[in-house]
Amino acid sequence: MNAVLLASDLPYWLQSIFRVVGGLVAVLLPAGTVVYLFLFKMLSFMQSRLGPMEAGPYGSFQLFAEVGKWLQKEDIVPANAQPEARIFKMAPLIVLASTFLLVVVVPFGPDALFTDFETGIFYALAVSSISVLGILIAGWASANKYSLLGGLRAAGQLVAYELPMVLAVVGVVIQAGTMNLQQIVVAQNTGSMFGWDGIGNPYVLTQFVAFIIFMISVQAELSQTPFDMPIAESELVSGYMTEYSGFRFLIFFIGEFATAGVFAMIASILFLGGWGVPFAWFGWTTIDSVDNWMNFAGPLILFAKMMALVFFIMWIRFSSPRLREDQLQRFAWKVLIPISLVNIMLTAVLKVAF
Amino acid sequence: MTMLGDRQQLAYIASQAADARVNVELETEGMTLNIGPQHPATHGTLRIIARLDGEQVVWAEPSAGYMHRGYEKLTEVRTFPQVTALVNRIDWLGSFANEVPFILAAEKLMGVEAPSRAQHIRTILFELSRIANVSLFLGDLGVQLGAITPVFFAFRDREYVLNLIEGATGGRFHPNFDRIGGLKDDLPAGFIDETRVVMKKLRTFCDQIEDLLFGNEIFQSRTRGIGVIPKDVALSYGLSGANLRASGVDWDLRRDQDIPMAWNKTDFKVITHPDGDSFARCWVRLQEVRESTKIVDQLLDTIPAGPVMAKVPKIIKVPEGEAWVSTENPLGEMGYYVVSQGDQGPFRVKIRSASFNNISIVPWLLKGVYVPDIITILASLYFILGDIDR
Repeated sequence: MNAVLLASDLPYWLQSIFRVVGGLVAVLLPAGTVVYLFLFKMLSFMQSRLGPMEAGPYGSFQLFAEVGKWLQKEDIVPANAQPEARIFKMAPLIVLASTFLLVVVVPFGPDALFTDFETGIFYALAVSSISVLGILIAGWASANKYSLLGGLRAAGQLVAYELPMVLAVVGVVIQAGTMNLQQIVVAQNTGSMFGWDGIGNPYVLTQFVAFIIFMISVQAELSQTPFDMPIAESELVSGYMTEYSGFRFLIFFIGEFATAGVFAMIASILFLGGWGVPFAWFGWTTIDSVDNWMNFAGPLILFAKMMALVFFIMWIRFSSPRLREDQLQRFAWKVLIPISLVNIMLTAVLKVAF
Repeated sequence: MTMLGDRQQLAYIASQAADARVNVELETEGMTLNIGPQHPATHGTLRIIARLDGEQVVWAEPSAGYMHRGYEKLTEVRTFPQVTALVNRIDWLGSFANEVPFILAAEKLMGVEAPSRAQHIRTILFELSRIANVSLFLGDLGVQLGAITPVFFAFRDREYVLNLIEGATGGRFHPNFDRIGGLKDDLPAGFIDETRVVMKKLRTFCDQIEDLLFGNEIFQSRTRGIGVIPKDVALSYGLSGANLRASGVDWDLRRDQDIPMAWNKTDFKVITHPDGDSFARCWVRLQEVRESTKIVDQLLDTIPAGPVMAKVPKIIKVPEGEAWVSTENPLGEMGYYVVSQGDQGPFRVKIRSASFNNISIVPWLLKGVYVPDIITILASLYFILGDIDR
């Protein structure tokens, strides 16, 4: 165990700088990569066009151009929103804040983590709901009927999909016997299936139903198509984001894709073994015996798993139409929640049986 | 009907009254939502005033006229050959189809008939503009429902058709190619072979859209049973085109009337659907693109040789009289009632455009639907603003 990355023997101010920089990288790097690779390039190839080609090689600097464009734009507050301009301006920051709060508990390696909560996944699910607040505030404070509809839809949808997400996670928690994300990773990588520990025991195999439900809920939490009614360009004209311009829109935009990245990270921690490789490959047995280089390889492994999951999120987003609000609620309450309850029951029974 | 006893009746009335009191107490003010004139879903400047209760529409009315360009009046100060340049801007996606009924009306008044080759080429271009028009609808449908990918396929494949139209007429959108007595020019060399290839591509495009969109469960759940127009209502509102056929009315002017065009020399199916919902309307249009490609293929095989222009005087003066000609345009029945007083230009032209009648059903249709369904229904009715406002 090397404590440099844990940074416990550094002065407090240096630790803080490390953590701030690390947090920014952990949020913005996945967001940027996702936007360029998937939103710009993959989407374009799916639609038989090239996408951005001018800024940098294959348009790879397009993102910087876009950010520059947004930063130059005027920060407009609509006349009807003037009395509550402070709240109107605050809303995107709340949405982004929930992303940063979420990344706090994500472990990137044996020692590369911000904090080590005992109830990490509980905390993550709790803070992810804060973004609902920001979206509702944005919809209400815009003083625009379309935004209001979008905000209300978002609130209803995010609350409805919080529940299957929590219930899906419960299966994993039962199987791992802990809510600590780091220990969930360890439990998967030290685990074995019928005595064979070649690939550990990634919960995507045993908790496949929970994995599918979790990913569907993530899709809805992020309000990506087919659950994008709060945004719905063609009916609500971007819903709660209608009145935002300039860097406030940029913050919403970063929030959307950064949250996609962070949720994919959490999903890969819960179901795909997170930062780890099966410990048996290198003869590790506990987290303390993991070699130091995993602190550098771990984030990359997690990043790769995250990109794979975001690929699926984006693939579905680009190719399916949008459900209607009532159909979405019906799907959550009548399909996802019963299935996840059955899953919990089965998991509990099997846990006791084995 | 079951008869209620006196006591039951009193209890029923009392419960109704109690309900009413609660409703008055809890009543919240409805919201009036202006959809348009600038809204991405109205492809143009249609405004729909909808009074909402929550997300449910209580009352809705379309308000047209934001793009009125006064073509009926403008035709009165143009000569007959000049009018085509105006009218092909009515339904701008299928512009050649707008010229044909007007020219046919003028020919009817003059007693001229275009040579057989010209009739064939007219029909080919007419069907090509239908394909260009409706294939864009098929892509746009996806966007309205939140699927952003099909529209790019539609734009890509429509471009092939527009290239054909451009090759023959010189204009992608506004060919202005139809003349009284025939056509401006013959087809360019290579047009027939090229068209055959493109028709094959378009059929592939239809398969793709069917796979990507029509087979999608979400698409079906969004469109099936939404915006149902029964047969009698469709007829009483004067719907035409695919909207009418999707309600199960077997009515197609290409087949049903005898006008000097080449449709009666081809063999094609008139597609109908019994359901009358949004899905039926979209499905009928998809199948019609397929049928149109078949019509074009047949016409390419049987195109006769000969001149493309009948003998008409240099300065066209249309004799006194009145004529009504309508054709089955991409959006529905489009007709011109032309009154001539023997001058070089028409005295009065009344344009019957399909979309204007097709959206007249919107107030009836939107009652009680949800906001997302407004978009579905408007998309499936398929109007073009130029065609509504003229």
